Amino acid sequence: MKPAAIRVVLPAHLRTLAKVGGEVTLDVAGEATQRTVLDALEARYPMLRGTIRDHATQRRRAFVRFFACGEDLSHDPADKPLPLAVANGREPFVVLGALAGG
Amino acid sequence: MSRIRVLVGTRKGAFVLTADAKRRPGEWAVNGPHFAGWEVFHAKGSPADPGRLYASQSSSWFGQVIQRSDDGGASWQPVGNEFVYEGIPGTHQWYDGTPHPWEFARVWHLEPSLTDPDTVYAGVEDAALFRSSDGGKSWQELAGLRGHGSGPRWQPGAGGMCLHTVLLHPKDPGRIVIAISSAGAFRSDDAGKTWRPINRGLVSEQIPDPTAEVGHCVHRIAMHPSRPDVLFMQKHWDVMRSDDGGESWREVSGNLPTDFGFPIDVHAHEPETIYVVPIKSDSEHYPPDGRLRVYRSRTGGNEWQALTDGLPQRDCYVNVLRDAMAVDALDPCGIYFGTTGGQVYASADAGDHWAPIVRDLPPVLSVEVQTLP
Repeated sequence: MKPAAIRVVLPAHLRTLAKVGGEVTLDVAGEATQRTVLDALEARYPMLRGTIRDHATQRRRAFVRFFACGEDLSHDPADKPLPLAVANGREPFVVLGALAGG
Repeated sequence: MSRIRVLVGTRKGAFVLTADAKRRPGEWAVNGPHFAGWEVFHAKGSPADPGRLYASQSSSWFGQVIQRSDDGGASWQPVGNEFVYEGIPGTHQWYDGTPHPWEFARVWHLEPSLTDPDTVYAGVEDAALFRSSDGGKSWQELAGLRGHGSGPRWQPGAGGMCLHTVLLHPKDPGRIVIAISSAGAFRSDDAGKTWRPINRGLVSEQIPDPTAEVGHCVHRIAMHPSRPDVLFMQKHWDVMRSDDGGESWREVSGNLPTDFGFPIDVHAHEPETIYVVPIKSDSEHYPPDGRLRVYRSRTGGNEWQALTDGLPQRDCYVNVLRDAMAVDALDPCGIYFGTTGGQVYASADAGDHWAPIVRDLPPVLSVEVQTLP
């Protein structure tokens, strides 16, 4: 199966930490889920490990949110397939800091 | 000529302040913010390699990051940020007195080894001590501290249950003294394998047994490297002194206007000269009478002198946090401290005269000084 090119938008502080500019495009093997996308993101940018998901539990940090296609996917299971528009690269998977976090 | 580098951690980034040995007001270079927008609880340089710096960067959104510089703060790289408690973490007391599982929150203090730039200790919240031997890439807990027996009785202070002080003995590599709010002081004599409380003589009316073995809210401990058995402590209330490596403590608050406070430090060349910043009370975290005064004792405590020249003497309601005071190694000794109002004050004459290096940083969490050749 040809890896899908997934677009990921990171919040400014994580773009700075990862030393990237705009969107990140990741090749994700297999089905695009929160877990596979974040696995690919952390493999490419190891300095992001622990900043989006807890190292040990792999759970989303409390003040991080995942949006896509105008929906809040933060509470979806990590292995649920992402929307088709994200999987085929038409829409980005957006990681952002919650309003409550500051 | 020597140079001075001051590492300042703030609520919204780190700053590096540099000057020549004259340390004249108005002649400091201010570089930063590094890690803009993140809390920098602490940054400190290696005594063995002054170009090697470590910084603790954290945020409520994105957690903990450890940064390392190999060029004196000109450039930084993120290193390891995985702090995993050894074994089953167990519980400590929560604010309401119920058992609460140990949860990693952040690194409060980084203490580089005196001899090896790649070895560094991290004091964390919830209280534990970690060590890295590979320049911060990986971290291992010195779990004998949490596991020695009293851990389930520890409870957080208002700022969290933090391990904030790590003192490394300059001659005996086995001896480490640490302090936790609010558990107390602890000592290892075998390089961190085993630990015991060293709180005899502390009296804290805020706990059910004021002389209990643990439970004391120690805010800071300082040591002069020439006399490592002499320890000076700023407790929640009370300034204390030990002359036997922490085996026993006695109060040396003397004539201080209030003995509540956070930082305490020792003059670089006079081991009996110590500094504190009295704060009005535990619920009024500002100087008494709105006058910011550093107090100096040249007698190792009890007899204190107010140092006010150059410090605001009216309408001043800032705090000085526990890691926000440091000394340089020049002669005369320079003293530095940062405030929650964003000022960093410096004295180039052991505290007689003060002037701000910067006035408007974010709230200052920590100040460290490097004296460079």
